[in-house]
Amino acid sequence: MNLLVCVSRVPDTATKIFVGPDGKTIDSKGVKYILNPYDEFALEEAIRLKEKNGGEVTALTVSADDATDILRNALAMGADSAIFIKAPAEPDSYQVAHNIANSVKDKNFDLIFFGRQSVDFDSFQIPSMVAELLNIPSVSVVSKLEVNGSKVIAERDIEGGKETVELSTPCAISAQKGLNEPRYPKLPDIMKAKKKPIEEVAFFQVDAAVEVISIALPVNKRVGKILGDSDSDINEIVRSLHEDAKVI
Amino acid sequence: MKKILVYLEPQNNSFKRVSNELITAANNLAQSSSAEIVGLCIGGNSSIYPSAGQFGLKKLVSVEFSGAYSSTAYAEIVSQVAKAESADVLLFASNATGMEIAPRISAKLDAGYVADCVGLEIVDGNIVATKPVYAGKALIKTKINKSTKVFSLRPNVFTAVKNDVGSPEVTNFSANISDNDKKASVTNVSTNAGKLDVSEADIIVSGGRGFKEAGNFAMVENLAAALGGAVGASRAVVDAGWRPHAEQVGQTGKTVSPNLYVAAAISGAVQHLAGMSSSKVILAINKDKDAPIFKVADYGIVGDVFEIMPKLTEKIKAVKG
Repeated sequence: MNLLVCVSRVPDTATKIFVGPDGKTIDSKGVKYILNPYDEFALEEAIRLKEKNGGEVTALTVSADDATDILRNALAMGADSAIFIKAPAEPDSYQVAHNIANSVKDKNFDLIFFGRQSVDFDSFQIPSMVAELLNIPSVSVVSKLEVNGSKVIAERDIEGGKETVELSTPCAISAQKGLNEPRYPKLPDIMKAKKKPIEEVAFFQVDAAVEVISIALPVNKRVGKILGDSDSDINEIVRSLHEDAKVI
Repeated sequence: MKKILVYLEPQNNSFKRVSNELITAANNLAQSSSAEIVGLCIGGNSSIYPSAGQFGLKKLVSVEFSGAYSSTAYAEIVSQVAKAESADVLLFASNATGMEIAPRISAKLDAGYVADCVGLEIVDGNIVATKPVYAGKALIKTKINKSTKVFSLRPNVFTAVKNDVGSPEVTNFSANISDNDKKASVTNVSTNAGKLDVSEADIIVSGGRGFKEAGNFAMVENLAAALGGAVGASRAVVDAGWRPHAEQVGQTGKTVSPNLYVAAAISGAVQHLAGMSSSKVILAINKDKDAPIFKVADYGIVGDVFEIMPKLTEKIKAVKG
């Protein structure tokens, strides 16, 4: 099987965020960047499919910063090669989707995996956009996957339950937590990954569709009435919820 | 902005509440321009159409669809309707369906798309959309530089406002759908029967690791029952196997915005805050007065959850009579 996993380089979720000097992006100073956590589920699923059916796993990223670090992580997990599309400036989702689609359209991938969202802009949009640009079906937020030849059965989380979706390859899948338990690369895997190829591909020029006007930290408008646990304190909280906030 | 297409989702014998929120949001956008608003409903019973008029929807396009939900087919239908109606703004709910089809539709229409918006306003003639980024640690304001603009709106953030305009005028649209468009079709739906899902609840009571063991979650269930709400859980609790993943609130679980969110014995890790910080009112209960959850809480009780939960449940029952 010919498998592609699209990954992204994101700030560690525990990182403190500060607004950068341009007021439109975050200050990247002191920010630790990691492989997007959901992409680990996507990688693991692709690698397991390869281990079962044979084939190759390619990892791909589009980034304005040097993303070879996270591509090496993907290679250490078990991807065979990587593609790095270096953007001239921070790309928006539209540019990322067009770049992925453009670079893989002739490569006949059977399955294209993504994490359900990148934990930077949390938009859940690249998988379906890329699938549409490639004119292939897709399933988002997949927590269980069966692949038998060209037949794919995916289970995905919806409000209050699960949906089972049937489709066939080629297709795109966005991975949800629970799909599998991603492996930790061992030292020999990390060493091996250093020798695996990373191909640099030129950025496909399209204009961004979405412009960031400004970024700001949320303003805390919370009431902030924090009391103790005495009976009268609890009474006061219940009264506030009932009479002030009117939520009960 | 000429025409706003609002994607409506039928559910049982009504539209989802978020559909009404989208109609109100569309009306707010249209106020400062002469934009028309048209709703779109695929499948569903026509008897529910008049209910959309109570929130100000005057026109509705109805598309018959036989067979199960298919993201590829639905995306094709919406695109065909958007083109036929010359809609230049499309609104979706940021839920399981909207998050899956809106990006696909935006690609079909070569539109710009902003997902999971918590604010939409008109500034100098442009629609400025606000969305949380970096797990809600920051908010960005965006504008779309494409003639067609697609937005998905976070449920329960935009308030649905009653504005009765009578039954909407209904037009039937027959979409041109081939089998090739049904490439991904749903073959089965399983629901957590009888249980209110956190993503659709007005009130959520979530418990964390501080409950020490699965059995003690009865306290969370009791408070949720007293409030008529759903039970939620932190990641630690789900990872420990005490509660199902469907109840997990946070970055690796669900994003919720209920009217009241009760966080009991949850310290408030950034990943948890990502899933609930847009809740309207937050009550935190924790023994550690310095727990980060108190920084985002409207109300807080510092103390032992094992003592507080039963007392709180009784007092709430008394108030609710």
